[in-house]
Amino acid sequence: MFDEEFLETREQLHKLQKGKHLLFQQVPMVEIDGMKLVQTRSILHYIAEKYHLFGSDLKEKTLIDMYVEGTLDLLEMIITHPFLKPEDQQKEVVSMTQKAVIRYFPVFEKILRDHGQKFLVGNQLSLADVILLQTILALEEKVPNILAAFPHLQEFTVKISNVPTIKKFLEPGSKKKPPPDDVYVRTVYTIFAP
Amino acid sequence: MAGKPMLHYFNGRGRMESIRWLLAAAGVEFEEKFIESPEDLKKLVNEGSLMFQQVPMVEIDGMKLVQTRAILNYIATKYNLYGKDIKERALIDMYVEGVADLGEMILLLPVAPPGEKDAKLALIKEKTTNRYFPAFEKVLKSHGQDYLVGNKLSRADIHLVELIYYVEELDPSLIASFPLLKALKARVSSLPTVKKFLQPGSQRKPPLDQKTLEQGRKIFKLQ
Repeated sequence: MFDEEFLETREQLHKLQKGKHLLFQQVPMVEIDGMKLVQTRSILHYIAEKYHLFGSDLKEKTLIDMYVEGTLDLLEMIITHPFLKPEDQQKEVVSMTQKAVIRYFPVFEKILRDHGQKFLVGNQLSLADVILLQTILALEEKVPNILAAFPHLQEFTVKISNVPTIKKFLEPGSKKKPPPDDVYVRTVYTIFAP
Repeated sequence: MAGKPMLHYFNGRGRMESIRWLLAAAGVEFEEKFIESPEDLKKLVNEGSLMFQQVPMVEIDGMKLVQTRAILNYIATKYNLYGKDIKERALIDMYVEGVADLGEMILLLPVAPPGEKDAKLALIKEKTTNRYFPAFEKVLKSHGQDYLVGNKLSRADIHLVELIYYVEELDPSLIASFPLLKALKARVSSLPTVKKFLQPGSQRKPPLDQKTLEQGRKIFKLQ
């Protein structure tokens, strides 16, 4: 369970910055266990470790790290996509799709095929599964048949989506955010404009 | 334990240099196999050694690790440079990610379009002076200890000192008003392993020259 404070105005961001709540004056920031954590990866690592989503030993953790970092390279393209010039956006969808289908999906398809397990690492849910599912679902919003050539990833998507906590998060009314729209892009520009 | 770690990258700093620094600071001897042509890279890809067809790749403890952060995380953990508990790790992670953000800007400066280079350099100087150096100076001031986290050398100190050297290459005046950062740099630089790495003849790589940049462009087909 978590609460959220949404930034909607520049004043709110400035208040956070002036109040010295943001180590590098940037968001995301997550207040957790008495800390004000910034930097997406630090936040993800802390949560993953605290809630046992980071493998059972150093070797598993390292595999998870590699898979997560690879997936984040792809997710980064999705995150920045709404902020590209409209004339560049379609080209970028093509580029993203190629990267997904040529570089990233084959790796994870092979991993799943080779060990035949439900989860990417260590036969238990980890950060790697969560980030990959997020990325797949975000890509499917733009390219619905993107998993066409990847039967194991299709199965993975179904299975991980059915993990009870994730299933709940995927239902309407949860805190999962909808695809970015013009309102979102405008808000971000307003808040972060120099 | 297998032999020494083997680093696969081209003969330049790029994304491998922070790994070289960390291994060196930890006192770990390593070997390097330099990629010098597109064929060298293709060979690594074709033999299935590169998970996402990219370098850096480090062969260590029977694994072929890729993704800079995953490699650094593994080395830092193995050599006890990652804090003593989850909270120290969170602090270290935050500081390291901040260093990486500024480091990324500096890394990419040589490949910025010519018309944008001046603006990008100005931005780097501005962020160094107003965002990153003040944040780290404040951390050191807040606890008055010799190192950023847990009163003990960690990867955060090593990565930050490496970054300070790069900032000084761009503009030596930027560190002038940050006495605690200067002290950290001196302290870390005088550690025997780091001191050795800073001497000529070590595996530390020099700043990018035009020839190496062109070679890198060819090999990696940089867009």
